[in-house]
Amino acid sequence: MIKHLLSVTQLRPEDITAVLDTADSFREVGTRVIKKVPALRGRTVVNLFYENSTRTRISFELAAKRLSADVINFSTSGSSVAKGESLKDTALTLEAMGADAIVIRHSSSGSPNTLTRWVEASVINAGDGTHEHPTQALLDLYTIREHFPSFEGLRVAIVGDVLHSRVARSNTHALARMGAEVTLVGPPTLIPPEAPAWGAQISYELDAVLPKLDVCYMLRVQRERQRQQYFPTVREYSRLFGLGRDRVDALPEGALIMHPGPMNRGVEIASDVADLPRSLITDQVTNGIAVRMALLYLMLGGSGAGSEGEAG
Amino acid sequence: MAKLLFRGARVVDPASGTDQVADVLVVDESVEALGDDVSARGAEVLDCDGLALAPGLVDLHAHLREPGREDAETVETGSRAGAVGGYTAICAMPNTDPVADTAAVVLEVRNLADKAGLVDVHPAASITKGLQGERLTEIGELAELGVRLFTDDHQCVQSAQVMRMALDYSKAFDVVIAQHAQEATLTEGWQMHEGYYSSLLGLRGAPAEAEAVIVARDLLLAGRTGGRLHITHVSAGLSVDLIRDGKARGLRTSADVTPHHLTLCDEDVQGYDTNLRVNPPLRAAEDRQALRAGLLDGAMDAVATDHAPHAEEDKEVEFDQARPGTIGLETALAAVLTALGPEPDLGTVVQRMSSTPARILGLDEHGGPLAPGRPANLVLFDPLAEWTVGERPTASRGRNSAFLGHTLRGAVVYTLLRGVFTVRDGEATG
Repeated sequence: MIKHLLSVTQLRPEDITAVLDTADSFREVGTRVIKKVPALRGRTVVNLFYENSTRTRISFELAAKRLSADVINFSTSGSSVAKGESLKDTALTLEAMGADAIVIRHSSSGSPNTLTRWVEASVINAGDGTHEHPTQALLDLYTIREHFPSFEGLRVAIVGDVLHSRVARSNTHALARMGAEVTLVGPPTLIPPEAPAWGAQISYELDAVLPKLDVCYMLRVQRERQRQQYFPTVREYSRLFGLGRDRVDALPEGALIMHPGPMNRGVEIASDVADLPRSLITDQVTNGIAVRMALLYLMLGGSGAGSEGEAG
Repeated sequence: MAKLLFRGARVVDPASGTDQVADVLVVDESVEALGDDVSARGAEVLDCDGLALAPGLVDLHAHLREPGREDAETVETGSRAGAVGGYTAICAMPNTDPVADTAAVVLEVRNLADKAGLVDVHPAASITKGLQGERLTEIGELAELGVRLFTDDHQCVQSAQVMRMALDYSKAFDVVIAQHAQEATLTEGWQMHEGYYSSLLGLRGAPAEAEAVIVARDLLLAGRTGGRLHITHVSAGLSVDLIRDGKARGLRTSADVTPHHLTLCDEDVQGYDTNLRVNPPLRAAEDRQALRAGLLDGAMDAVATDHAPHAEEDKEVEFDQARPGTIGLETALAAVLTALGPEPDLGTVVQRMSSTPARILGLDEHGGPLAPGRPANLVLFDPLAEWTVGERPTASRGRNSAFLGHTLRGAVVYTLLRGVFTVRDGEATG
């Protein structure tokens, strides 16, 4: 397994499959009364969060704890970062304290790459700027795999602000690697024209794409983009690219709806749509823990006490 | 009386149309004789077999950081870096603290340079007060003091009206108005060139068009006013085409390109190395090709380093928080020789790195021609010697080289300023 997870582009299809298969065996741990295995006992995992993210941080924290690792949460407020400490000095401090893995969330694209220059610990990208969010992509693939036998030929649309979305980048890379057909949908101002070179198709018309989909993946839209003139009004955005009840009806039977959260109910997804049985939004959250357990386990080389041995 | 005889060097002097092996005798500050069989009597003889001898290089664009950021560079350390790179004259950029928009700052930089005595430093002054893009600097007074080039470099003069006035007003003094072409609204928050790699890396892009629209606008204004426009550090192929067209239409315009834009491209940014965060950004491979072609056909008049030293703490940070810029004085000649392929035309290289920039700045003592009685401002270099950047310490206070780890071809062996070695056997003398 790779030492650092910075981008999905580092992963071969067999690596992705290995993570998902391992996650399968960890998923069961979350259903026990005692939700814990000793796989990473004595190892230290640091959650280094420069951006608020309740969902991802808690998911990583639970994943590490269920593997019996020691977990330290280090976030911007109330820490030395607030006093102006640089990423480099923070990295050297964590290194000196003996961190085995550093899970980093940062608003600057590429900061996990930068971090690897200063630490020996494994670095896991938990979302960097508008670059990538590899663990989100892995948990999304895991969730899709629960419903479809294979990714080959699966038709997935990723809808919304692709330009600024790390989730869109990681998911496109991951799905394309596994043989899915990805279409990026949104206004031209929010779809990079270079996206075909990522391995995706482009469409500016959601209604034309919907009837052929297996998965409709909605992205969060930030209202701030409207002020930056990426689109005229939230109302127009919602009318063209929002997933309302009528559009759900245009989806084939069995097509899934996904969203990485947090949602803007009423903007990119209607409230009642988010709560439909075919919306897998809470499944995504649940699966995130097992996938992150698998990743930590594989990357830190957890020994002997794997889930299967413990499961019985 | 100091006599130096450089024996058997390949003399490359575009100003006199010379490219031949010859002996060059330097006595005191000047070239005394040039030819086949110059008498060595009383002279120290230096065997120059395999070396090219040319007029010392002239840089139109270097940031020496003093006054204000002496932790990043001083006039003295920047001068030494220049000498090590083969330069005998450099034009210091005005974005210091305080900005070089008054006689006091210009004279201070010149005094510091004279004290160091390693290269001739010609301070540029800003076009507008405080680089604010609003009120013109006292161009007349500064021109009287010998300032030849005015630029708001690092900032682009956004207002078309201010740029028009600068080009028009400056005509009275025959000085150069140098523009850092970058339209502000298209480049807000930019981190690299906009293209495939920016889309992949999630870094906000600056489109090539943001440069080209200013180039097009300023060429029109130069045509309207008759002012002397210079576009500095051209990075986009679109701009090269516009400038070539402008020259064909007879505009008084010139342009330079940096060694790093001739050598590297946006693909190299994939590891988020902050030394590759430069302004303007490294463009696409096709742009790099257009810049090389422009340098060869003369659309690009000069190579300028945009030497931009930074303190370590301003570079060892997240990519988007790093200050843009790379040091360049010590690697410029080698980078250009390497960029132009296995057998670069040395005449063109010396033209673009010495003769033409000297002419743009109006420096009579630099850029050749090499002839008896002319000042001995010289560089001697081995055009074939390969070396790896980073293996020896920099003379610059900055360590932020975009070429770290690159093997380049071409090494400076001697630099002389008015007959005195500032570099000898590749090492700075003072």
